Amino acid sequence: MVDPADGAGCTSGNGACGLRRALGRRIADNRGMVAQLQFRDVTLGYERHPAVHHLSGEIASGALLAVVGPNGAGKSTLFRGITGILKPLAGSIALGGLDVRDIAYLPQSAEIDRSFPISVFDFTGSGLWRTTGAFGRLGRRECRRIVEALAAVGLNGFENRPIGTLSGGQMQRMLFARVLLQDAGVIVLDEPFNAIDARTSDDLLALVRRWHEEKRTVLAALHDMEMVRANFPETLLLARGAVAWGPTGQVLTAANLSRARQMCEAFDDGAAACAVRVPPRVA
Amino acid sequence: MVYDTLVAPFADFEFMRRALAAAAALALGAAPIGVFLMLRGMSLVGDAMAHAILPGAAVGFLLSGLNLFAMTVGGLVAGFAVAILAGVVSRVTELKEDSSLATFYLASLALGVTIVSVKGTNIDLLHVLFGNILAMDNQTLMVIAINATVTLVVLAVIYRPLVFECVDPLFLRTVSRAGAPAHLAFLGLVVVNLVNGFHAMGTLLAVGLMILPAGIARFWSRDITGMMMIAVVSALLSGYAGLVLSFHSKVPSGPAIILVASVFYVLSVLFGRAGGIVRRFFPAPHLEA
Repeated sequence: MVDPADGAGCTSGNGACGLRRALGRRIADNRGMVAQLQFRDVTLGYERHPAVHHLSGEIASGALLAVVGPNGAGKSTLFRGITGILKPLAGSIALGGLDVRDIAYLPQSAEIDRSFPISVFDFTGSGLWRTTGAFGRLGRRECRRIVEALAAVGLNGFENRPIGTLSGGQMQRMLFARVLLQDAGVIVLDEPFNAIDARTSDDLLALVRRWHEEKRTVLAALHDMEMVRANFPETLLLARGAVAWGPTGQVLTAANLSRARQMCEAFDDGAAACAVRVPPRVA
Repeated sequence: MVYDTLVAPFADFEFMRRALAAAAALALGAAPIGVFLMLRGMSLVGDAMAHAILPGAAVGFLLSGLNLFAMTVGGLVAGFAVAILAGVVSRVTELKEDSSLATFYLASLALGVTIVSVKGTNIDLLHVLFGNILAMDNQTLMVIAINATVTLVVLAVIYRPLVFECVDPLFLRTVSRAGAPAHLAFLGLVVVNLVNGFHAMGTLLAVGLMILPAGIARFWSRDITGMMMIAVVSALLSGYAGLVLSFHSKVPSGPAIILVASVFYVLSVLFGRAGGIVRRFFPAPHLEA
C-alpha cells in the first residue's frame, strides 16, 4: 500500500510525470501482505493521452477499497484496465494469479440492450457463465442458485419478467444478483449507487459488506463521501494519479480533496511524449 | 375446389413440389437468422450483405455460365470475405460495423453488376437479380437443404454467446472469449442463408425471408424463443401461399412470396398482440398490480 503522505498532487498535466515517479518506488515497501492487485507504474488512457498516469501500488487480498475522485479522474479507466478491457499504454497490472475472467465487473453505464426479449431469470443466469460455459446445462442446482440470488437482492417473483420492464433500481438489483452468482474473488463496481434511491443502495451496500466478510476483494468507485466514511475502511483518492491512498480517515481530508479537485483534465493534442522512463520490472 | 386451389398445384407438378421444398428449407434457416439480425438492429446490414455476394456469384457465372454450384461457391467466398473484412475493420478501428459494411457492399455491388453485364445477356441478369424458385434442379435443392441444416446446427451451438453478445456485450467480454467467434459465425450464417435466398429469390429479394418474418414475429411475442418459432411458421406460410398465388396468377414466384409475407407483416403491425397498433389505441383495461 502507498503511504498517503507520499501522494503527489496532480499539479499539471505533463509536469506531474516526475512527481508520479516517487510513487512508483513504493512498491518495494510491501509489508508482507498478500497483494491481490498490483499496479506497476501503470499508465492507462486513450489514443496515447493518459487518463491514469503512472500509478503504482497494491490492493491487498480481501480489501474493501473505495475509489473516489472528481469526474474525469480516471476511476472508470482504472477499472477498465483492471478488467482487461483497456490495455495499459505503459506499465502493467498484476492480478495475483487470477484470470481477468474471474473478476466480476459491474460497469458504470452497462451497454445492456434493455429492449432485448430476455427474462430476468435468463439474464441473471449469465452470472454462472464460468461454471456453465457456452453450452453447459442449467440444472436444478443452478436454477436454485439463480432464484436465491434474485431473492437476495429483493427481486423474488421477477424471474419471468422481461428485463425491459424493470425500473432503474430494479435493474441495478438484478445486476448485483448477477455479480453474486459470479462468485468472484475480486469484485469491481463502477459507481454502483448512481441514481439509486436510499433503500436500494442500503440493500446493495449490505451485499457489499457481505462480500467483504467473505474475504473477497471489493473495489467501488463512489461519490458519496459519507457512504465511503461509513462503510469503506480504505480509500484511493484518484486524480489521474493517486492523490492519497490508505485508511479512509487519513485520505478524505479537506486538503486532499481540494488538491484532487484542482487536478487538470488536460487532453492536450500538442502534448509531448511523457519523459518518465519505465523503471525495470519488479520480478 | 379447395383441393384444386390449394393442393392440386403441388400434387400435379413436380416443379411446384420442388419449389415448396426449397421454400420450406429457406424458411427454416433464414427466419431465426432474421430474428437475430432484427434484435441486433442489423436488418439493413443483411440487405447490404445480400448485395455483397453478387460479385462472387457473378465471377462463378463468368467462369462457368449458369452453373449453380460455381455461383454458390463464388457467392459464399465473396460474402464471407466482405463479412469478415467488415467485422475485422469494425473491431480493430473505431468505424462502426454498419458503416464499414456499407463501404464494402457498395464496392461489391458495383463490381458484381459490372461483371454480369460484361459477359451475360439480359436474361442472365434477370436471373441473378430475381432468382427462379420454379427451376430447382436436384443439385440446387441439395445445396439449399444442406445450408439450412448447417444453419440450424451452428445456431444451436453459438446460441448462448450470441444472445449475450446482443444483450450485454461488455459483460460477455469479461467472462468469455466466445463473443467474437460467435459473432463471426453468425455473420457466416447470414451469408450462407443469403446465398440460399439468392438461388430462389435473386439478389434483390434474398434477404426477404429473413427480415419480414422477423418483423412479423416481433408483433406476436416478447420472448426470443417464441419469436423464432413464429418467424419460422410465418416464413413457411408465406412460402406456401406465395407459390399458390403465383401458380394461379401471373405474379412471378419470388415476389409473390415476399408480397404474401408483406401482407402478413401489415396485419401483424395492425393486430399484433405485442404492441400492434389496434392494441395501442384500444388497450385492454389495466391490471390491479
